[in-house]
Amino acid sequence: MTAVEPAPGAEKWVGQALRRKEDPRMITGRGRYVDDQVVPGMLYMAVVRSPEAHAKITSIDTSAAAGLPGVHGVFTAADLDLASPLPMAWVPPGVEIKTPEHWPLAKDEVKYVGQGVAVVVGEDKYAVVDAAEQVIVDYDPLPVVVDPEKALEDGANLVHPEFGTNQVHEWTIGGGDMDAAWAESEVIVERRIVNHRTAGAPIEPRVCIADYRGDQLTLHLTSQNPHLIRLFMAGELEMSEDRIRVIAPDVGGGFGVKISHFPEELLAAWISRKVGRAVKWTETRTEHMSSTIHGRDQIDYVKVGAKRDGTIVGLDCTAICDFGAYFTLLTPFIPSFTGFVISGCYKIPNLNFTARGVFTNKMATDATRGAGRPEATHLIEMMIEQLAHELGMDSLEVRRKNFIPKEDFPAEVAIGIVYDSGDYHGSLDKLLTHVDLDAFRREQEELRAKGVYRGIGFSTWMEICGLAPSRAVGPAGVGLQAGFYESSTVRVHASGSATVYSGTAPHGQGLDTAFAQIVADQLGITPDMVDVMHGDTGTGPFGLGTYGSRSLAVGGESIARSTGKLVDKAKQIAAHNLEAAPEDIELVDGKFSVKGSPDKGLTLAEVAGAAYVTMDMPDGMEPGLEASTFYDPENFVFPFGAHACITEVDVETGKVDIVRYVAVDDCGPAINPKLIDGQIHGGITHGVGQALYERIHYDDDGQLVTGTFVDYALPSAADVPSYETDRTETPSPVNSLGVKGVGEAGTIAATPAIVNSVIDALRPLGVDFLNMPLSPQHVWSQIELAQGRGAPGDPGKQGGSWGEHGSGSAGSGPTSPSEGGAL
Amino acid sequence: MIPAEFDYVRPGSVDEALAALREGGEDAKLLAGGHSLLPLMKLRLAAPTLLVDLGGVPGLSGIERANGGWRIGAMTRHVAMERETALGLASKVAGTIADPQVRHRGTIGGSLAHGDPASDQLAILLAYEGSVVVRGGSGEREIAAAELFQDYLTTAVGDDEVLTEVRLPALDGYGFGYHKFNRRQEDWAMVAVGALVKKAADGTCEDVRIGLTHMSSVPLRATAVEQALRGQPLDANSIAAAAEQAAEGTEPPADLNASADYKRHLARVLTKRALADAAA
Repeated sequence: MTAVEPAPGAEKWVGQALRRKEDPRMITGRGRYVDDQVVPGMLYMAVVRSPEAHAKITSIDTSAAAGLPGVHGVFTAADLDLASPLPMAWVPPGVEIKTPEHWPLAKDEVKYVGQGVAVVVGEDKYAVVDAAEQVIVDYDPLPVVVDPEKALEDGANLVHPEFGTNQVHEWTIGGGDMDAAWAESEVIVERRIVNHRTAGAPIEPRVCIADYRGDQLTLHLTSQNPHLIRLFMAGELEMSEDRIRVIAPDVGGGFGVKISHFPEELLAAWISRKVGRAVKWTETRTEHMSSTIHGRDQIDYVKVGAKRDGTIVGLDCTAICDFGAYFTLLTPFIPSFTGFVISGCYKIPNLNFTARGVFTNKMATDATRGAGRPEATHLIEMMIEQLAHELGMDSLEVRRKNFIPKEDFPAEVAIGIVYDSGDYHGSLDKLLTHVDLDAFRREQEELRAKGVYRGIGFSTWMEICGLAPSRAVGPAGVGLQAGFYESSTVRVHASGSATVYSGTAPHGQGLDTAFAQIVADQLGITPDMVDVMHGDTGTGPFGLGTYGSRSLAVGGESIARSTGKLVDKAKQIAAHNLEAAPEDIELVDGKFSVKGSPDKGLTLAEVAGAAYVTMDMPDGMEPGLEASTFYDPENFVFPFGAHACITEVDVETGKVDIVRYVAVDDCGPAINPKLIDGQIHGGITHGVGQALYERIHYDDDGQLVTGTFVDYALPSAADVPSYETDRTETPSPVNSLGVKGVGEAGTIAATPAIVNSVIDALRPLGVDFLNMPLSPQHVWSQIELAQGRGAPGDPGKQGGSWGEHGSGSAGSGPTSPSEGGAL
Repeated sequence: MIPAEFDYVRPGSVDEALAALREGGEDAKLLAGGHSLLPLMKLRLAAPTLLVDLGGVPGLSGIERANGGWRIGAMTRHVAMERETALGLASKVAGTIADPQVRHRGTIGGSLAHGDPASDQLAILLAYEGSVVVRGGSGEREIAAAELFQDYLTTAVGDDEVLTEVRLPALDGYGFGYHKFNRRQEDWAMVAVGALVKKAADGTCEDVRIGLTHMSSVPLRATAVEQALRGQPLDANSIAAAAEQAAEGTEPPADLNASADYKRHLARVLTKRALADAAA
């Protein structure tokens, strides 16, 4: 979609593909990121990290490091006097979660490679890295647990012996009667679906500058969550919250990994207070791979039952969730999101989802783009196509047969969640206007005859976002220890331009532009007259962070409501001046005028002038033109769409090429189609990354072997195709804008379309199921196995014994957690 | 990513560079394009105490045709070779190296002297039966490609020598093909195969040279394939039959993305494809 700057005075700004307001600054190198910033007199910090996956610390000798020139201090856990450990914010009613205390430096044992053991601060960033190498730590290795399924076996080595088990929790959501479902089913398909561990990998790693002076702490931080970080640090450092200011300036990508509260910013703040100098820490890429949270890492045992006509009767999933050794902010909560959307786009009367969390000697997992919903879409959409094959039906027919029909919305699914709006048939129909399936099937046959293997795969996806109604997810609901509203202040200045103060802050999404378009329409001005401020707890309103595709649906609605209050006040001022009733005032062509008399009216600048000079105002009205709103949504929002992927597999080498990728998405009425396209393109690329390239890999000793971008195969623009995108627009009834989130949509949708497509390509060769990532060697080895040629070992797959094939109703089932005896 | 402390000099001539190397001792290292050395230093896998930057030495870059061959200055960037399409196979290979940024900084001499068996041009130099010229304290010597690569990251270029020039025979009339397999465009080769084929008047194979990348700790020639194909027809069957021997005598290092067996398989497939291109 080509962006066109609309002529000034265009009827509405909302819906226009405006170029991003923030881009001229960003692309000319004038962005202001944390690492760009220099605080006079600041010191640098380096972290000494564990090379061991599990070991007792027998001694730490800091003397050599401390004596080096330029070094101001070396600190270990023994030096810290923090009031509380790092937070984990989920306390689900009635569910026990074994929660280890998570301190910023290891106390007696290290439990994963990359865990902080000591920190060095000094004059420059070179000196501290050199000194960190001189900190001598003696380790006494302990047994390591890497495979989450083996971790649950009797007699497994324990990550936290005090718990007596590696199982963190068991959390279930469901509805209906599974036993009845299986009895009623004529076909049952079971698969073991591995959703492997990945990294968020923003281009900007984590960075902080903590500056404690005069009893005030200012923390510059690469954060998606500055307001909550302030709250947490107030507790840990025993400081009054008002004395802490957290500033997240331009943030160079987050993808979820900057939601959490990490050890390094707490250490920098504690040390800054201790030594009386500002302290800066900049994460290296290798540290990012080892010591910033990872995403996904579920093994999903899935069972789906259906009638012969394709009607799905029940779906059950038990997810073995590898949480690593410690929790960050939301670690054990993330798989719950898989449960919230376990019904997908389908009317399934009997559902069960159980998450079993597992400790292993790895870095924590937590939210990365999609957080639990990509896992759900993957398992559901894989199972739909596996089931269709088992039934001998077209997979799109199975989908259509089970879609929740448009007229059912708002639709309550069996687990009790109410989807706000949707048109799943319409989305798929629109996709098929771009993809001629019959023509593809003919072409597919012709190409196969020439030894060329192409396939098509689909993903008709939905998700839950716009976090969130506080009553649903807060302490009395699902059990997160926070509310999930957003707040905003909108101020119209005396000269008639406006500043939006937003609690939620972007880290690349283009919110400055989208928010300005909304406000400009409401006030009858242009988006370039609307400045958007965010990310500073010292100057902005409270916000609960930027994640869960919530900024527009919750933050944007809050801003629209604040602006609406200003419009009401402006109408009263205009009515007073025009000697009319406020209800007779309307905003036409940038003027507040009496209905039917558009020529005579007041511009926003004239209204604001009256409000600030305090003349020509209704009696008793407060001066100024400013309003604030705390907006707590009544429900989540539920975006959806239909994606198709066509791949070609080089069957001699196993290499997969994406030939076409077509995406039809629905996030309600578009505020800015260009921003939506940007999110969809990036989101799909994240999905392509997981499906074909990326994987965080720990070896059997718990050593991280993907510690750089050489080994961790993050795709670049050269490795992905250009995507074809289209939209449908089904408004949400939840907010006045009708909008739903879009930041995670592409990622949530993409992986099953790609994997289904490769399976479709390879069915003639006997390949009927595949787990990700579809590395060339993995695909080749699966072809070899299917052809009875017994492929050599596949070092790219963790614990080579991970079974690839589940069963159809006639086959032997996978070792399911319920019958394996291991759990 | 912060390297250990090092000193840096930028000599103005090869002689000055040699003097700096001698003074720097065994932990001195030459810096050419830096796209192999600097990442190793940032990861602290290499920690030279002195970098001798060849960037200020005049006369070390350029490509010229002379006496039936090519003379390529050691500091010639990959992108310059990519643009000199008359180089044939070596030019095609240069255009596949990593990404545009690397091709604009990385040099042919640096790549060859570094001796990474996953780098593209090493096996190509072998296939060309080219050579390099090095200068040391006692003068200049020429090292044939077959003698150059001794082990993983180890070449016959001495610590006190500077590689100044690369020499390739022109191989006019040879067809060529290059097939590199990697997961991402910018990755080092998992396996790569370069083939040079000269057809006789009757269409049979008069000469063939095949270089294998990343199939051992050093680049290799696929000599079994070459022997099998020489004098034979260049049709698909005969190429396929010969290519089956591509993994003979290789010891491919396994890694996260490829087992040794998979690499042997890839070598056979890619040899077939490279030969087909070269014979076309």
